[in-house]
Amino acid sequence: MTIKTTNPELAQIQVEGMTRSSFMVRSALTAGALYGTTAVGPFVTRALAQGGGDLDILNFALTLEYLEAAFYTEGVKKAGLSGENKKLAKQLRDDETAHVDALMKAIEGAGGKPVKAPGVDFGGAMKNEKAFLKLAQVFEDTGVSAYNGAGPAISSPDVLAAAGSIVQIEARHAALIRLANKDTPAPDAFDKALTTEEVLKAVKPFIKA
Amino acid sequence: MTESNPAAEPSGALAELRDDPSSRKRFLRMAGTGVAGGLAVMLAACGSSEDNSTSSSTPPPSTPEPKAPSGGGDDTAGDLEILNYALTLEFLEADFYKQVIASGLVKDKMVAELAKAIGASEQAHVEALTKTIESLGGKPVTAPETKFEPVLKKGLKTVLETAATVENLGAAAYLGQAGKIKNKEILAAALSIHSVEARHAAALNMLVGRGFKGGSALEGSIPDGPFGAPMEMEAVLAAVKPFLA
Repeated sequence: MTIKTTNPELAQIQVEGMTRSSFMVRSALTAGALYGTTAVGPFVTRALAQGGGDLDILNFALTLEYLEAAFYTEGVKKAGLSGENKKLAKQLRDDETAHVDALMKAIEGAGGKPVKAPGVDFGGAMKNEKAFLKLAQVFEDTGVSAYNGAGPAISSPDVLAAAGSIVQIEARHAALIRLANKDTPAPDAFDKALTTEEVLKAVKPFIKA
Repeated sequence: MTESNPAAEPSGALAELRDDPSSRKRFLRMAGTGVAGGLAVMLAACGSSEDNSTSSSTPPPSTPEPKAPSGGGDDTAGDLEILNYALTLEFLEADFYKQVIASGLVKDKMVAELAKAIGASEQAHVEALTKTIESLGGKPVTAPETKFEPVLKKGLKTVLETAATVENLGAAAYLGQAGKIKNKEILAAALSIHSVEARHAAALNMLVGRGFKGGSALEGSIPDGPFGAPMEMEAVLAAVKPFLA
């Protein structure tokens, strides 16, 4: 979505965010190239094809949450995590699963049809703890920016409230994963908003139809 | 104070402020004069009962009607109120980190860097909010006088715990306003700040060893489980009151 910017100060924030976060998108894409396949699942197209604003956004969010839930579920079993990192991954798995459930209910409640969970392939990210945490950081940062990007396009105050309460947790996840990676928990003063297209580009390497 | 019809009483922070003339004055000073600032308007609205106890039988307006700034409509006035409220919180946070860094309490290099980075972010939020308010034709509130000495006296652990609590409060405060913002650009900006406050909160909570779950909505890295909890303006103002001079 495009937000018409008439306010110069906010335009500055957006531009600044864009410049900085193009780094994040690049790293997301690099991670994709390292770990992933290149096929675009028809699933992704389905997520976008549904008519009607808020339902589209909810299904888009559901797609991301499916992906994250699958990522942590698999990681807890396969990525050789230990100690605090395993505890963290389990917590995040449970949170993302709760997001999936909540979004499905929200979509059904609004008279929509939740998209189905996509097939996933996280490639080399399951090889070891380091690779897993690296991709986790990309997912969480991208998740934050995805919700922040979609937020202003949401019409229903209830849907916005739900999305807000989820993105706050994604941001907390992002900070904790970044700390696990010995990285700065909040790289910028303003989190970037990504467009749907940018987010899909970042995650599609991990989605198999 | 004169007892009045309890049903007509404002509750929480505003009631306390109303009942405490000195603190009310401070808030009014903090909120500036003649602006569409939320604090000034709300306090002006609930302060009337102080002058004449009979008027307290009239319920305070549940939705204060701020005067529209020059060139702004009702939506702009509401958004300006929210922006000034956010600005007040950001002023408070920015000043806290300045004082923490100046105190020399933080010896650990990593923690010092984190405090500086977070402080710089809060200052950036102050500047962005100030300019946004001005560009909308509003008047930014002035920085409140803060009272962090008691926290600083207690040492590093209390300082970091307070930082964590304040960040959780900030995240909850932004979340509480998101649905009330009319202008989509302002909403986008608020969201971009909201998630940064949440990152700060999670990191600081982890740093002070609070783990995932806290003892209250303002503690813990993921205090409310999978869903962040919003806080209303009144509850937030009550929570920050101890830090205001």
